[in-house]
Amino acid sequence: MEKFAALVDALVYTRSRNGKLQLIADYLRSTPDPDRGWALAALTEGLSFPAVKPGPIRNLMMERVDPVLFALSRDFVGDTAETVSLLWPAPDTDGKTPPTVSEAVDLLRHMTRNSVMRELPDLLDRLHPEGRYALLKLATGAMRVGISARLAKTAFAQAFEVSVEDVEEYWHALAPPYADLFAWAAEGADPPDTSDRPLFRPFMLAHPLEDTVLDLDDYVAEWKWDGIRVQVVHAGGETRLYSRTGDDVTGSFPEMSDALDLPAVLDGELLVRGAHQGGEAGGAASFNALQQRLGRKTVSKTMLAEFPAFVRLYDVLLLEGEDLRDLPWHERRGRLEALMPRLPSNRFDLSPVVDADHFGDLAEIRASARDDAIEGLMLKRRDSPYVAGRRTGLWYKWKRDPLLVDCVLMYAQRGSGKRSSFYSDYTFGCWDGDPDGGAELLPVGKAYFGFTDEELRELDRYVRNHTVNRFGPVRETDKSLVFEVAFDSVHESKRHKSGLAMRFPRISRIRWDKPAHEADRIEALRALVRD
Amino acid sequence: MIADFAWIRPEPHGIHVVPADCWIDPSQAVANALVTHGHADHARGGHGRTVATPETLAIMELRYQTREGALPVRYGETIRLPGEVDVTYVPAGHVLGSAQIVLEHAGERVVVTGDYKRRPDPTCPPFEVVPCDVFITEATFGLPVFCHPPIETEIAKLLKARADHLDRCVLVGAYALGKAQRLIAELRRAGHHDVIWLHGAMERMCRLYEEWGVGLGELRLVTDATKDELRGAIVVCPPSALNDRWSRRLPDPITAMASGWMRVRQRARQRNVELPLVISDHADWGELTRTIEEVNPSESWITHGREEALLRWCQLHQRRARALALVGYEDEDD
Repeated sequence: MEKFAALVDALVYTRSRNGKLQLIADYLRSTPDPDRGWALAALTEGLSFPAVKPGPIRNLMMERVDPVLFALSRDFVGDTAETVSLLWPAPDTDGKTPPTVSEAVDLLRHMTRNSVMRELPDLLDRLHPEGRYALLKLATGAMRVGISARLAKTAFAQAFEVSVEDVEEYWHALAPPYADLFAWAAEGADPPDTSDRPLFRPFMLAHPLEDTVLDLDDYVAEWKWDGIRVQVVHAGGETRLYSRTGDDVTGSFPEMSDALDLPAVLDGELLVRGAHQGGEAGGAASFNALQQRLGRKTVSKTMLAEFPAFVRLYDVLLLEGEDLRDLPWHERRGRLEALMPRLPSNRFDLSPVVDADHFGDLAEIRASARDDAIEGLMLKRRDSPYVAGRRTGLWYKWKRDPLLVDCVLMYAQRGSGKRSSFYSDYTFGCWDGDPDGGAELLPVGKAYFGFTDEELRELDRYVRNHTVNRFGPVRETDKSLVFEVAFDSVHESKRHKSGLAMRFPRISRIRWDKPAHEADRIEALRALVRD
Repeated sequence: MIADFAWIRPEPHGIHVVPADCWIDPSQAVANALVTHGHADHARGGHGRTVATPETLAIMELRYQTREGALPVRYGETIRLPGEVDVTYVPAGHVLGSAQIVLEHAGERVVVTGDYKRRPDPTCPPFEVVPCDVFITEATFGLPVFCHPPIETEIAKLLKARADHLDRCVLVGAYALGKAQRLIAELRRAGHHDVIWLHGAMERMCRLYEEWGVGLGELRLVTDATKDELRGAIVVCPPSALNDRWSRRLPDPITAMASGWMRVRQRARQRNVELPLVISDHADWGELTRTIEEVNPSESWITHGREEALLRWCQLHQRRARALALVGYEDEDD
């Protein structure tokens, strides 16, 4: 555990990507099984211990420290695991041996909601603050050490000089602590057998188009649907539905579990039908309708009837024992079109190709698309193989993503109509330099929507409790709350002291968790100016 | 009763000793100032008369180029101010010349700690416990998460980082007054006798420390060095220079910072620190609470820092306490 804790801390303090890769690779090479496998699982957020949750951890702490002192500390530190690691009373007796990672995992796995209050303290008592921090991060499943699962897999590939595509391919066939993966990569054993199992295959992803102009002789356009990108896999007599992150979401969409009965891996967009949408009975409904179906443990019959799911297919990866991923897109498309008559039409349809002679026509086609379920366009190279991840030049997505920036609430004013009496108009700003070095906030915009009514009530309460000054109807706040602000574009402007003005700003999220000094600086916003 | 100590009044810009019309560490220019130590948030220029230890006055002279109205008081010496207030300066263990100010009037004794610590420091005499009626304590690190490790382990971390990367250099951000000299003195004590390289802003204060008898070994300026000379070296600069253009002349520096705040990971990350060194010249939570117990005052007044938590601790331990709302004290860089 101490070695893993040292790795975690080194990752926290290392800024460069290469530095992080090096640290992880060194750790994986020099650590025995199964510790390194558990560590890899922790770094890729592949661990979960049902009994070890923030709630019980807080309760354990408050049995040992005054709740007010704990709250003040948590408030300052900004992270529960770190606060607990620092506040945990040093154990009375020395000579306790720190657990190995696998011993810790084993103990954590066997904890129940009753035993956690007794067993977790024993474990924490065997560790120094750094070890306690790493343990609690591992146990609660959010390392937040600035690395993605993809980076950890890349580090694994680097450590043992194997290709990251192969790592991705085998990854989902295995479970922590990935003994077979290490045996294959580190010791040259046979790769794990992936045939005849309904496994997730890594998705091919697209880059944003930005300002690139493409030749439609080389690229084909398709609609980008506003649903959930899914992979439908049938193998060994079983069908599974995977989300983009490889999570099995079959349980939420049981109607899909018997929709495919031939061995295949298909890529498409999960949508629900909403008869009231767009006039065309059975058309795809908006993402809002789909949201009714998300995150449910049980799906009622009413739900199934009102919002039936189907998959609009984009691509085919594997078909009846044949791996098609190396074929060019147009050949895979041919195979997919030929496959369609064999699939149940109420559960599958084909995402049509968008016809256009010139790239210039696409902007108009995209703008005139009225369908709620269309998010934009995809542009795919006609000869592109299906490769995992984002590969430059093969696939592009062309949607109007809002820009995002973190701002600090500075002033609030009451709204009108339904919102009268509520402080609902917000002026927010960004830092003009290093906030820890005495920088100031300069207003960059104003927004009065983007939050729910419930959030409005919370914001109103917040403003009243954090007022430091009043100028007529305007309240100045203590500048402690961060908004993630979404906007379409930002331009030079003489109207604001910051010299910038946003177009169509709206509150995208309220970051109750984020300290104000972590909000963005003016330079970050200025970098987004396009004109 | 607060009213018992009506002769001493906390005001937003300092502590007012009413019968003597004196201010302790005032944040604006006043006629009569009693200064605990030389840090800029406590020792400002422009006072009519400044009472402080000779070391603190020397530091203030270096910073403000004036000795006008300076009245030196040595540790342990008592002077009488108008209004029958007796003042004694007692070591606070914070930096060179730092003192607690002990005020006695009408049979009551008030101790103002200024900034203090309880750990040994080769650059200044240790804190002395003075029993009193009112204890006016700092609370910079007044949260139970703050527990400064022994300085030896932090110095060892620094020396190991240097030894592991002899082709690079370790750049340590440290407060120019106090922290930098203590760090250098501790490096010497740990057996590191190579040249230590300084940012220009550090030079005069280090010389002053040496003039007052604190040996710091061989120090040279980074501006006089070639890049190769700096490989495998330890360089000390003010925290503000850590991510500054200035550091570009250094050979691939490992960014370190010596500060009590480094105990909290996000604090270190915010400052882009790769090697956090938890070294503080302030009392940590354990020292703050232990000191209140040892001084055992009838009431504690808590100032600059996280007053709320220390106030809570006093309540939990049935100790009378209040938080003062003084302005202008900041210790972001400690």
